[in-house]
Amino acid sequence: MTFMISARALKIVAALSIGLAMAACSKNPNEDANGAGGFGSGLGAGAATPGSQQDFVVNVGDRIFFESDSTELTSTAQATLDKQARWLQQYGQYSIAVEGHADERGTREYNFALGARRAEAAKSYLAARGIPASRLRTISYGKERPVAVCNDISCWSQNRRAVTVLGGANS
Amino acid sequence: MRITPIPSPRDHLMSDSKLLLSRRQMGGLFTGLAASSLLPQGALAQGTKYLDIRRGTNFQPIPIAVTNFAGEQGPALSGIITNNFARSVFLEPLEPRSFPEQVSNPDTPPRADAWRMINAQFVVTGRVGRAADGRMQTQFRLWDVATGQQVSGQQYVTDPNNARRVAHIVSDAIFARITGEKGFFDSRVVFIDESGPKEHRSKRLAIMDQDGANVRYLSGGDELVVTPRFSPSSQDVAYMAFGKGDPRVFILNIETGQREVVGNFPGMTFSPRFSPDGQKVIMSLSQGSSSNLFTMDLRSRATTRLTDTAAIDTSPSFSPDGSQIVFESDRGGTQQIYVTGAGGGSAKRISYSDGARYSTPVWSPKGDFIAFTRQKGGSFGIGVMKPDGSGERIITEGYHNEGPTWAPNGLYVMFFRDPGGSGGPKIFMADVFGRGEFPVPTQSYGSDPAWGPLLS
Repeated sequence: MTFMISARALKIVAALSIGLAMAACSKNPNEDANGAGGFGSGLGAGAATPGSQQDFVVNVGDRIFFESDSTELTSTAQATLDKQARWLQQYGQYSIAVEGHADERGTREYNFALGARRAEAAKSYLAARGIPASRLRTISYGKERPVAVCNDISCWSQNRRAVTVLGGANS
Repeated sequence: MRITPIPSPRDHLMSDSKLLLSRRQMGGLFTGLAASSLLPQGALAQGTKYLDIRRGTNFQPIPIAVTNFAGEQGPALSGIITNNFARSVFLEPLEPRSFPEQVSNPDTPPRADAWRMINAQFVVTGRVGRAADGRMQTQFRLWDVATGQQVSGQQYVTDPNNARRVAHIVSDAIFARITGEKGFFDSRVVFIDESGPKEHRSKRLAIMDQDGANVRYLSGGDELVVTPRFSPSSQDVAYMAFGKGDPRVFILNIETGQREVVGNFPGMTFSPRFSPDGQKVIMSLSQGSSSNLFTMDLRSRATTRLTDTAAIDTSPSFSPDGSQIVFESDRGGTQQIYVTGAGGGSAKRISYSDGARYSTPVWSPKGDFIAFTRQKGGSFGIGVMKPDGSGERIITEGYHNEGPTWAPNGLYVMFFRDPGGSGGPKIFMADVFGRGEFPVPTQSYGSDPAWGPLLS
């Protein structure tokens, strides 16, 4: 028997690939092509063009972290979100996707819901700091996209996160 | 496939009474199958049950000798059957090197006294050849060593491409004859094939036979896909995929490749499962910081909200009669298992263990148990409990075991085990009593297994 993917499915796959590529870029400032040429590892934070994605990631901080199985915003997280809100108000051209993530020490389905809660917590905070809801969307990756891989808390604590990802035009 | 009971060479016929494959199998997956009966029905006697599985963990596995079937393809078929029984826990295939005789004629009784010497309780003989029309013809006979009599025997005529399936069908017939329980060997499993580094793991929807053979990939790996679930009544698989916009529950027809979004929900939908009649999909919808349960009728497309909480309600699973739903919720503070009616309403918590969190409940197709993942003391175990929460039994524990799924006969679970670190998960199966555990071989990492119904 032959397996065929419908044209619609292919479109969805293509759209997803683009989305992931954008997300991957924004996670690593050194790979971001936006801004002055020659921007590479080892250069100071000041090298990022103000208002660029690097500027946001390096000088503001694109992510906040959570305690285990918690969606509470720590004081550190709130401070980061305050900085994000100020920056996002200054640079209003970006749409914003808040990605919620969980560590691997939970079951898959619950972690999707937990990641959604974390993203929602960050989104609500940003909205309360004056970012219009129309610019904000959330997506949860559950435990599917860890950034740190090991069997202890040093990794899990980095993976329990909400990442503010700058997009292009509002979608 | 044409199935014919083989009369015993003795005067007193003893054979199975279930001779026909279901219409679903005949008309569905494998074309060109036909079944017929040659035995006069009056000659059939209801057989004795040799092993009472209800006795639970105290049973003694039944020693069985699967001899090489005659014919060129015979030994391969015998190998598949032996491998099946080796993972069955209830049957214990004997080592061929210990066999006291080479069976030259599979139609004559084995020498009972000789087989008794190696404590064989049953001997299986058979042959594989060609029918007059060129199709593959397989016969087996099951002999009770204690009496020297044939207690089961059938003939299957089918396309040679179905050779593995015939081995599984023979396995099921023997398993059912000895245990009095339905078999599970002629079944398939959908799962997620995983490859690549953990930070950017590629996940593909895949399907395999329950023994790991005949793997077929149903998606390309560009798109993140998780938690596939088999329809009990069609060739459809429901799963969650990350497409454009919110991640959503999709249904894919694995025959045609057509897929569609399930419902038009205002947010992420996840954790799908079919109702026992295959007419509905139940799933979670995430809105704001809560997740609630919804069903969608696949014919009318009507959606129904079942829970309305600020909590995380997820991993819903219907009871086999469709009247109840088991799910996990953190409404009480931590993940616990609850049971509610099929239409929602009040829910009763059934999981109680100090300091433990319970998740991914799934109702046994027999209705007698609910399997779950339990987190306790930093370890993730797989267990079962009765639908009222009593009789909890942990089948396996470790760094990370997750996501049980039931064999169609309700006697086994599959789940995945992740060692953590940069490695990846593998799929395992175990019997419901925790007596035996076996890896299900997959080429790469594998997770989220979901067992489909018996094909025959």
